Amino acid sequence: MPFTPANLETARETIARYPVKKSAVLPLLHLAQDQDGYVTPEAIEEIADLLDLTPALVLGACSFYTMFKREPIGKLLVSVCTNVSCLVNGGPELLEHLQRRYAADADVTVEEVECIAACDLAPVLQVNYEFHGPITGESAENLVDDYKAGRRVARTISGSPVRSS
Amino acid sequence: MVAETRIITKFLHERPDDSWTIDAALGNGAYDGLRKALGMTPEDIVAEVTTSGLRGRGGAGFGTGQKWSFLPKDVFPRYLAVNGDEGEPSTFKDHMLVERDPHQIIEGVIITSYAIQCHRAFIYLRGEFGLGAERLGQAIAEAYDKGFIGTNILGSGFDLEIVLHRGAGCYIAGDETGLLSSLEGERAMPRIKPPFPAVQGVYAAPTIVNNIETMSTVPHIINRGGEWYASMGVNRSTGTRIFSVSGNVEQPGNYEVELGMTFRELIYDLAGGIKDGKGLGFFIPGGASSPWLIEEHLDAPLDMDSVQSELKTMLGSGAIMVYDDTVDPVLVAWRIAKFFAHESCGKCTPCREGSGWLEKVLYRMSHGYGRPEDLDLILGFGNNLAPGLSWPPGMTTICQLGPSTMSPAVSLRNYWYDEIKARMTRDAEARGEIPVRSGTDPAVHAAAVEAAV
Repeated sequence: MPFTPANLETARETIARYPVKKSAVLPLLHLAQDQDGYVTPEAIEEIADLLDLTPALVLGACSFYTMFKREPIGKLLVSVCTNVSCLVNGGPELLEHLQRRYAADADVTVEEVECIAACDLAPVLQVNYEFHGPITGESAENLVDDYKAGRRVARTISGSPVRSS
Repeated sequence: MVAETRIITKFLHERPDDSWTIDAALGNGAYDGLRKALGMTPEDIVAEVTTSGLRGRGGAGFGTGQKWSFLPKDVFPRYLAVNGDEGEPSTFKDHMLVERDPHQIIEGVIITSYAIQCHRAFIYLRGEFGLGAERLGQAIAEAYDKGFIGTNILGSGFDLEIVLHRGAGCYIAGDETGLLSSLEGERAMPRIKPPFPAVQGVYAAPTIVNNIETMSTVPHIINRGGEWYASMGVNRSTGTRIFSVSGNVEQPGNYEVELGMTFRELIYDLAGGIKDGKGLGFFIPGGASSPWLIEEHLDAPLDMDSVQSELKTMLGSGAIMVYDDTVDPVLVAWRIAKFFAHESCGKCTPCREGSGWLEKVLYRMSHGYGRPEDLDLILGFGNNLAPGLSWPPGMTTICQLGPSTMSPAVSLRNYWYDEIKARMTRDAEARGEIPVRSGTDPAVHAAAVEAAV
């Protein structure tokens, strides 16, 4: 859906921070993803409109970055690192465990990610871009279930804090 | 007794519960360096930082003061872009600095902006740093409230806006020109240099790109003087650096040490040595891009220049990954190749194609499907990615990602060439395969490999 009036206001403020409007492509894609849960084709059009760009240009940027999802995903995004430090500390096993566990759960999307700069916490994962580690299969499940049940407050799908309004 | 020398990490260790808040930071003397700097001329600040010998902490290790002095005179506007897109595998120092001492970064950014006379600074922060963005954003808002950022800062007449810009998941946005492309709203594809960013950077205006750790160091140099900073360290590697140590060590973590300490002291005395009493297999001294080292190199000093000239590798981003003697180096080489294949931006053909093929061949090598000629095969085509197969590598691509993809394969050649060849032969024989590739004249191939190895 189009930006809500409040988000449209945020979008305009964001654009004003840059000497060249086009710089707001990434921030606005984050904003759209936070609002809709993923980057919709409509959002691409709307952002292009706001920034005087072609939708192709916005889509081209969008598809380059791993954080932008162009199809609906779960409310919780579990990103498991399997890069070089996690590789030798159980990262791949953790990924496999969580992928199996949440394969049929529409609320939870499990993805493999490259190094997320927290190797002292290996094996490490993020739930909506909040770091957790070192963590293994069972405690990771408990953690995700805590988020699902609302016992922990998750960030937005793009990692922004949830504002209490 | 070997110990850390904590300068930029002192405060965050002292106040683990609130070091990121403005009150705690002010109580620790945050922004005192800014007050002092505003009483100096911009030229004096550049000179002081040049005297300190501070070199960029992002990876390339270029002199910070020298970089600032490359700005063309009287060309405005100009910009500062702070590189907080920490993505080099096994590096996690900027992550800590952003989450736990954002005011130190901001102070460094303001001083640097004043020194280079820019009025808008961007902090490009890795998108995945959720808490980091929250804390840095909060800290910037607090600094505006206190008058450290904005118009007429502390009555000096100097104006500055700081814009926090979140990335969105992309390693190559951490390359300085990739970062500029990304900041302009495009794919983070690196650009050919020259023109260097100091001449034509973001929006084609003169731009200085500095790392988060570099920025965190600047206030201390202003407070205590360039001479003081230069008195620490070794040779041209002055001062302290944060080393991120991880992998199979007892106490993985960030250690801020005076440069010149040895790898052994860092890995064994500070990080507690190899986990579970195992032996050292190998270690990667400067992030995934750097060629590997082994036991015999442990007593080499952490000196950016000698590591490059004598050990043919680099301290890079200051990330030291340690593996015990049970870890398969071919598996690690594959995982790094997979990373680079994923992160190659696709702009330059050798990297776009080469990184993918490298990953495919290393995959089969590390998973029991290797062929006896595989190591020669990757060294052969890899010579088109990192001509010379040494360090520093030759370049066939715009940025360093291309040649860096070959560091693991070159390391396999350096330490385990015969061993790996024998293992691949065993694997092939176990599968009942005849170890010959079709479609290549073996003599031509062998000559090409000979030339490359």
